Amino acid sequence: MAKTEIRVGGLGGQGVILCGSIIGKAAALHDGKHATLIQAFGPEARGSACSAQVTVSDAVIGYPYVKQADILILMSPDAYQQFIPSLKPNGLLLYESDLIKIGHDLPAGARALGIPATRFAEELGRRLVLNIVMTGFFAGTTDIVKAEAVEKSVLESVPKGTEELNLKAFRKGLEYGRSLAAKAA
Amino acid sequence: MKADPKGVLTGAHFMDGDHAACEGALAAGCRFVAGYPITPSTEVVERFAARIPLVGGMFIQMEDEIASSIAIQGAVWGGAKVMTVTSGPGLSLMMEHIGLAAITECPCVFVDVQRGGPSTGLPTLPAQADMMQVKWGSHGDYEIIALAPNSPQECFDLMIKAFNLAERYRVPVFFMMDEVVGHMTERVVIPEAAAIEVEERRWTKKKPGEYKLYETGPDLVPEMVMAGQGHRIHVTGLTHDERGYPAMNPAAQEQLVERLLNKIREHNGDLVDVREDGVEGADVVVVSFGITSRVAGHAVEAARQQGLKVGHLRLVICWPFPAQLIRELSAKTKAFVVPELNMGQMVLEVERAAAGKAKVVSVPHAGGTVHEPEAILAAIREAGR
Repeated sequence: MAKTEIRVGGLGGQGVILCGSIIGKAAALHDGKHATLIQAFGPEARGSACSAQVTVSDAVIGYPYVKQADILILMSPDAYQQFIPSLKPNGLLLYESDLIKIGHDLPAGARALGIPATRFAEELGRRLVLNIVMTGFFAGTTDIVKAEAVEKSVLESVPKGTEELNLKAFRKGLEYGRSLAAKAA
Repeated sequence: MKADPKGVLTGAHFMDGDHAACEGALAAGCRFVAGYPITPSTEVVERFAARIPLVGGMFIQMEDEIASSIAIQGAVWGGAKVMTVTSGPGLSLMMEHIGLAAITECPCVFVDVQRGGPSTGLPTLPAQADMMQVKWGSHGDYEIIALAPNSPQECFDLMIKAFNLAERYRVPVFFMMDEVVGHMTERVVIPEAAAIEVEERRWTKKKPGEYKLYETGPDLVPEMVMAGQGHRIHVTGLTHDERGYPAMNPAAQEQLVERLLNKIREHNGDLVDVREDGVEGADVVVVSFGITSRVAGHAVEAARQQGLKVGHLRLVICWPFPAQLIRELSAKTKAFVVPELNMGQMVLEVERAAAGKAKVVSVPHAGGTVHEPEAILAAIREAGR
């Protein structure tokens, strides 16, 4: 049974939960897998810590919390500080490279791939779509969920009228991710 | 009767339990909700308030839970299918009116998305500690029905069942979610309206003058009328006779209270809803409900891999408690293990039914998160010894 535990972390307002939701929805509705999404639910508001826990599996998921992550998708330095200890050895860190500086605290054997997602989003015209760039980056650097499934999920999940911008953001992250993955291989 | 397509959002969704519970209620025909939003149940009413203008019906945000729990009962006598939605602190405020719904036999659904208590406790974190409260919380003797979903899909499916049972037995039905089931997002498949069976209210065919408000047939459940249809009726929380008028004497009290209990107790067989997994021939049977059943499932699998003969019995309907089933199992199994997100509530029922014939091991948890599967596994190993 293949099971992947993913944590998305960042600041409230960065679209952290939506990023997790898009990945979960892609797996559960468009890729024939089981998926659960749990959101860290507290008094957080815009600008404070925020995270989503996504589990993707071939089988029914019992325990829905992510304690040790196979994949971390991080968008803020605070989230990095908070969650990097929970990355599994041999895990994968996907991070916003203009905002997060990788320290020596990366677990042994873990891989880290960065993307200047905020800058890319700004170049596309709206900083707001950085989470969709990160989502594309996830789809480009992993094979947990098919990229087409994630793309479909992006289009279903974003507000009407913003599909084109979000599609561009997704593809930007996807291509950047694929080029990094190809280089690493 | 089939569901009204207007309320049925057919398709596959990636949806949280709170939203799925709302969709279940709409599919079941719920057209009136009064509530006072409270975490972690807020998303149920938030969605209902957004959806109901499109379906045709009403949501009222009341001044508090006391008002919410009585507004829904007014709407029942006006002909609507109803629910109110809350969490522990709100449920505590509703207790008086839960008794009123029981004695007036008002079909209604109370959704309790459980959080840590007592008092305001842990607003954003789970518990399953209201199980005894819904059974015993209001004064006097009465019966209720309570269901515990363990996934967003079941929040949809079992909500329809909750409404149907409320109509069939005319009791308050409690929908015992918890913060994790409420806020967890998963695939939810909503079928076509034509595939959803909904129970119609037990409207009387009798004419004014012939009809008595609380006259019953052999199943002990009376028929209803709707306000404004010409029947002269009197609905009261006082002990009443078949006409619904106050009757302050021991004979009337005995007749009414016994019927309120027996209309459920005599149908206990129809009200058993459990999911069994490898229970036959098991040395240890884990009894669980709600979110804990999912975590317990992990522990059961792990125990089997270690060579233990473990079964899993999940309570879908928690009240009435399936005592007869546990009684029969207690003669065949060594021990029951009962994990729950409280300090030991439903385990008391398992102990009562097992009556010393099998060992009963409680795996309590004060709430705030779910059990570690390892804690349940350790209890299974201990119990099997």
